[in-house]
Amino acid sequence: MSLRAPDRPTEAWFPDGDEYLTLLDRRTRRGTIAKFGFLGLLVIAVLALASLLLTIVDDSFGLVAVVNEKEPEAVVRDLGYDPARVTLDSLSKEDLVTALSGAINRNVGRRLEREQRFFEDRLAFESQETWDELCASDDPVPGCTRGARSQGDVLLLVKERVVVPDIIASNGFFPSVFDGDGFRERVREAFETSPQRFGDYTVDQVRFQWRAWLNMEFLTSPSSSIPELAGIRTAILGSAWLILFAVLFAVPVGVGAAIYLEEFARKNRINDFIQTNINNLAGVPSIIYGMLGLAVFVRLFEPFTSGSLFGAEGAGSGRTVLSAGLTLGLLTLPVVIISSQEAIRAVPNSLRQAGMALGATRWQTVRSHVLPVAIPGILTGAILAIARAIGETAPLLLVGAAGFITADPSGPFSKFTALPIQIFQWTSLPQEEFRNLAAAASLALLVMLLALNAVAVILRNRYSRRLSS
Amino acid sequence: MSTERRTIRQRLRRRSRPLERAIVATLFVAGAISIAVTLGILWELGKESLLFFGDEEVSLWGFLTTTTWQPQAGSFGIWPLILGTVYITVIALVVAIPIGLAAAIYLSEYASPRVRGILKPTLEILVGIPTVVFGFFAITFMTPLLRGIFGETTVGFFNVLSAGIVVGFLIVPLISSLAEDAMAAVPDSLRQAAYGLGASKLEVSLRIVVPAALSGIAAGIVVAMSRAVGETMVVTLAAGASPRNWTFGEEGLSTILDPFEGAQTMTGYIAITASGDLSYDTIDYNSIFAIGLTLFVMTLGLNSLSRRIVKRYRQEYE
Repeated sequence: MSLRAPDRPTEAWFPDGDEYLTLLDRRTRRGTIAKFGFLGLLVIAVLALASLLLTIVDDSFGLVAVVNEKEPEAVVRDLGYDPARVTLDSLSKEDLVTALSGAINRNVGRRLEREQRFFEDRLAFESQETWDELCASDDPVPGCTRGARSQGDVLLLVKERVVVPDIIASNGFFPSVFDGDGFRERVREAFETSPQRFGDYTVDQVRFQWRAWLNMEFLTSPSSSIPELAGIRTAILGSAWLILFAVLFAVPVGVGAAIYLEEFARKNRINDFIQTNINNLAGVPSIIYGMLGLAVFVRLFEPFTSGSLFGAEGAGSGRTVLSAGLTLGLLTLPVVIISSQEAIRAVPNSLRQAGMALGATRWQTVRSHVLPVAIPGILTGAILAIARAIGETAPLLLVGAAGFITADPSGPFSKFTALPIQIFQWTSLPQEEFRNLAAAASLALLVMLLALNAVAVILRNRYSRRLSS
Repeated sequence: MSTERRTIRQRLRRRSRPLERAIVATLFVAGAISIAVTLGILWELGKESLLFFGDEEVSLWGFLTTTTWQPQAGSFGIWPLILGTVYITVIALVVAIPIGLAAAIYLSEYASPRVRGILKPTLEILVGIPTVVFGFFAITFMTPLLRGIFGETTVGFFNVLSAGIVVGFLIVPLISSLAEDAMAAVPDSLRQAAYGLGASKLEVSLRIVVPAALSGIAAGIVVAMSRAVGETMVVTLAAGASPRNWTFGEEGLSTILDPFEGAQTMTGYIAITASGDLSYDTIDYNSIFAIGLTLFVMTLGLNSLSRRIVKRYRQEYE
């Protein structure tokens, strides 16, 4: 590299008088413009976030136009009550079953009863002899062993099969607030201009009502192909099972690895390699973990993950909660290791030396001095890793969460669906109502994540206060 | 006396502790599991890819040189999928680099602690939002917005632009936080030296701080790039499921690079293929592993590049 003496300063470098002022003005102006430019670009990112949240809220609440096959009031009236005083929701189970049996044919009723009976003490659709015969056979129907349906279950059936609500149009939250009449007008117009779109419905049947797509029913109902009745209970339970297995795998292994790397590992090539490797794994796209899960857990370990090794009943393929949970566990492992390492590294060395000086061995020092101080930090990291795992979608698609599943997962060997998968499926369907469902499910997911993050922040704050005092 | 001293010395001698050794061995195994994961990924991707290239319908040469991806018709050229991935990544970077860098400069050099305390966590919220929600956002907000601006006839329902912009928003916080960390590491003495020479705030930011933090900024951009390459849900939902095949000489560049039409990416192909009923040892099953291997190599390369940038060009300040 050759060095060159700087040019000798000349007068031209240091303008004065008017020229100086113009230059200064220009520089100041440029500075101001740039400042607002930077701020403006930053605001774009904030606006993107805001519009994302608003889109979700907009689609989760709003006006809908519903056509009922049979109005709920008519159902109540047919049972001999006064619709002005009694609502459908408050009817007893007996009345609801009566309403149901008046509307569906006997075969459908029998099928429902075989799935799960209506009353503990009597049968509503099936004859006693057939029932006894069914239950005595080698392959008894599920209704023989399961308890009776609750009032809520029957109410759902009545809504699904008697009332049959059909949302023919839905509107976003903000348009509904500011221009609800416009929406009503558009629906009525649509009836006049193209009645064939609505089949047998007439404009008089249409009811406009406010609907919160995210409501208690939505949280507690299983998925359904009828958007009005679909819910996310199955998906939430599925996500919970997944997280359980992911945590059971990733936290012990991750914390163990972090302890090893921080406290025991000598500086040699193997340990360096492990560390580099963990950093590399943290950058591997999640879909690759899905492929690993598909090849290893779903396929290679099928006897184990499908439960057939343990003689589990109805063992099918390896596309189970267990496989998917372990896959998510692998995915979060590097994150857990790295955050635990940071927590352990933050423990002051004086604590370790104090332990050693008293004659404790390395492990005794770690167990009684280092870990107790590091645990809040480790937990924070683990919670954030869980928050990441809950939202993961791509790896679950690969390990087989793709089917349409309405039964709650009942154990490690169940088939499953998960919240983000449900959002993905609903988003990819063309009908407007499923868009609303996807928005409501996204809102539920975001609330869950917010809660987890809040817990992590509280833990972190408490922890840092304790160390500083 | 001497015997007494000897017994004391014996008592003090380090005892062998089998339990402790077992615990350390267990901890080592926990650490080594990560290596098993890497080996597992390499083994499975490699093995299935070999099966894929061993199929008589497929050749490695055709995989790397032809520009049609049509598994049903037996043509397996990876370039259309790479085109989709690279195109969306480029759009994402075009969106994310200016926003991310501007955000980093503003937060590190201009913002008051109070404003910083509001804006920084707000940006970080973006990191925590699941990508499938971003996908939903792309379809219900960005695509209709683009179709409103450019016209429904020009912009397809599935298009690269919408997916790219949304992936861009997704990686903004990655760039901004890594770049801000790098700028915060630049010592204040450098800034003060420049101010002492009469530099303005803008000149200090752009001519002193940014060059001094350049290695960290570059590393952040490369990491963000790798994240965009591996992003799955947004591109699967918003960019559609048809690979953009082309034949040289037949389509013009404007058709190949039309931002208003969809294009399947590598990740999109894997996700869509695997979510159907995929039976083992079919050519479809093996093909996703070959694509996965390509993806793995690309992201690994980008991540090592970013680490190398940091190692090689980092300025050490006292």
